[in-house]
Amino acid sequence: MEAVLALAIGALAGSGVWLLLRPRTFQVVVGLSLVSYAVNLFIFAMGWVRGGAAPFVQAGVPVDPARFADPLPQALVLTAIVISFAMTALLLVVLLAARGLSGTDHVDGRETDA
Amino acid sequence: MSWAAHLPLAPILLPLAVGALLLLFDERQHKLKATISLASALYLGAAALALLEGADAAAARVYTLGGWPAPFGIVLVVDRLAALMLVLTAALGLAAIAFSTARWQRAGPRFHALAQFQLAGLNGAFLTGDLFNLFVFFELLLAASYGLALHGAGTARVRASLHYIAVNLTASLLFLVGASLLYGVAGTLNMADLAARLPALPASDRGLAEAGAAILGVALLVKAAMWPLGFWLPPTYAAASAPAAALFAILSKVGVYAVLRLWLLLFGAGGFGGELLVSGGMATLAFGIIGVLASQELSRLAGFALVVSSGTLLAAIGVGDAAVTGAALYYLAVSTLGVGAFFLLVELVERSREPGADVLAVSAAYLALDDGEGPEEEVGVAIPATMALLGLSFVCCALLLAGLPPLPGFVAKFALLAALLEPEPVPGAAWALLVLLSLSGLAALIATGRAGVRIFWPAQPRSVPRVRLLEMLPVAALLGACLALTVAAGPALRYLQDTAQALHSPRAYVESVLPPR
Repeated sequence: MEAVLALAIGALAGSGVWLLLRPRTFQVVVGLSLVSYAVNLFIFAMGWVRGGAAPFVQAGVPVDPARFADPLPQALVLTAIVISFAMTALLLVVLLAARGLSGTDHVDGRETDA
Repeated sequence: MSWAAHLPLAPILLPLAVGALLLLFDERQHKLKATISLASALYLGAAALALLEGADAAAARVYTLGGWPAPFGIVLVVDRLAALMLVLTAALGLAAIAFSTARWQRAGPRFHALAQFQLAGLNGAFLTGDLFNLFVFFELLLAASYGLALHGAGTARVRASLHYIAVNLTASLLFLVGASLLYGVAGTLNMADLAARLPALPASDRGLAEAGAAILGVALLVKAAMWPLGFWLPPTYAAASAPAAALFAILSKVGVYAVLRLWLLLFGAGGFGGELLVSGGMATLAFGIIGVLASQELSRLAGFALVVSSGTLLAAIGVGDAAVTGAALYYLAVSTLGVGAFFLLVELVERSREPGADVLAVSAAYLALDDGEGPEEEVGVAIPATMALLGLSFVCCALLLAGLPPLPGFVAKFALLAALLEPEPVPGAAWALLVLLSLSGLAALIATGRAGVRIFWPAQPRSVPRVRLLEMLPVAALLGACLALTVAAGPALRYLQDTAQALHSPRAYVESVLPPR
């Protein structure tokens, strides 16, 4: 379980970082989104990953807090998702404005020879 | 609870509410919007001064939201450092908003609402006692700053903002990784609780906690523009409109503030990462010096002056000595006000000049003087003896940046150097910092002198810029505040030394937030 999650986070973050370093604005936006997914999953993972243990409260049996996932990271993830979603939307608007003003989708606003 | 007990909440709630209110009005109601915005900034100033007045060196004032005690509830903490930053924010906010009412508010929509949101984010970041809320307020102030950086539009602003937004979004993601790592290890996000729990961590978790703190530190240092993380700063600030740039003067100080607070709280002076702060700060200082000398436009020069002040602060904080930190806090106040005034002044001085008059080729692309200023419309009183006043203010700014007497830039640098050279024997890093600090003063003097000669003693007669009283007043007020800091240098330095002492012994902070049970 942990290995699968770690691999998924790594793959998302790796491809996101690669896209982030690309010269086209759209690639940068997609890269930022991928990295933010990776980060959201990472926060989630900080709240303890475990499988096969349902958090039931049974009458007469003492409650075992180790069976419950930590709710705080989940609240943090929600906030982080909303914020990164809004910021991506804002970046998209700036991207379109830059494309319209400079006539190119290069991040520097002009084509380089390289 | 009485109303006065809720005062720490006001610097966050009021600008948020006012900003939302300002969105409701039509763009044509400039006067009404400006009045509301100015009134809000004035009230913020009064609230910040009241908080500063009440801030005690021994214990921090803690406001529990909804009455839930820390570490379970969210707290706002007002100590002397937070109150000082609030006052600086209010001063710059007031100056920028007053400046914008003469002209810049009409360069694009919703300037005042964005400025209010920016103030709310700044105040929140200074007041919060909680790592995740620090992130939320960072995002709030950054979101508003993206809008402000774009205010007035134009190719140069959009291009610079694209980089600015991408860099800061990435830094925010790093912030989240760092904060969640710390949470995963220590099980809390409350700063005071973290400070209490980190020393008790088992050795096996220690590395993970330090990795989290390091990632968090990278995110904060991007905002503080430490070399090599700060290349985004000069182009963005040079392209931004003058009042927005003046507000941004405190933006990079948020990073410095967070580093100062978290580093001393979590690891203590001389702890993890101190040497890195010193060397990184000195590299930033060197980069800023080269940049100051190389800039041909005044607005870029102002941006690099900000880099220089960030570098100075980071290096001084990294030394980890309470006396040095106290002097650094004085320097922080002076340089923030001085650079803010300089950003405003640059726009006034450059206004009458041919775009690109002093630009040698390469940097013409960044010049955006003729953007976004609609048809001229006289507001307020045009002042006489404009050039003389502008020249005088320019000299004041130059003296402030270069750190020459009689302005407080000198007092700040002198206090810093005196504190650096106090320990016996003087460490090598202190000597290096001394050399760099002196060089930075020299570089600022050369650069501002060169620009001043070109602007105020031109070969051909030039048109005098039309400057209104409302635009000159904020510059004069900021410089006046600096002058007041010189006159009251003794009490101010003593106050800030006490503040630094409190920061270096965070036990009082921790016990104020988490009362011993």
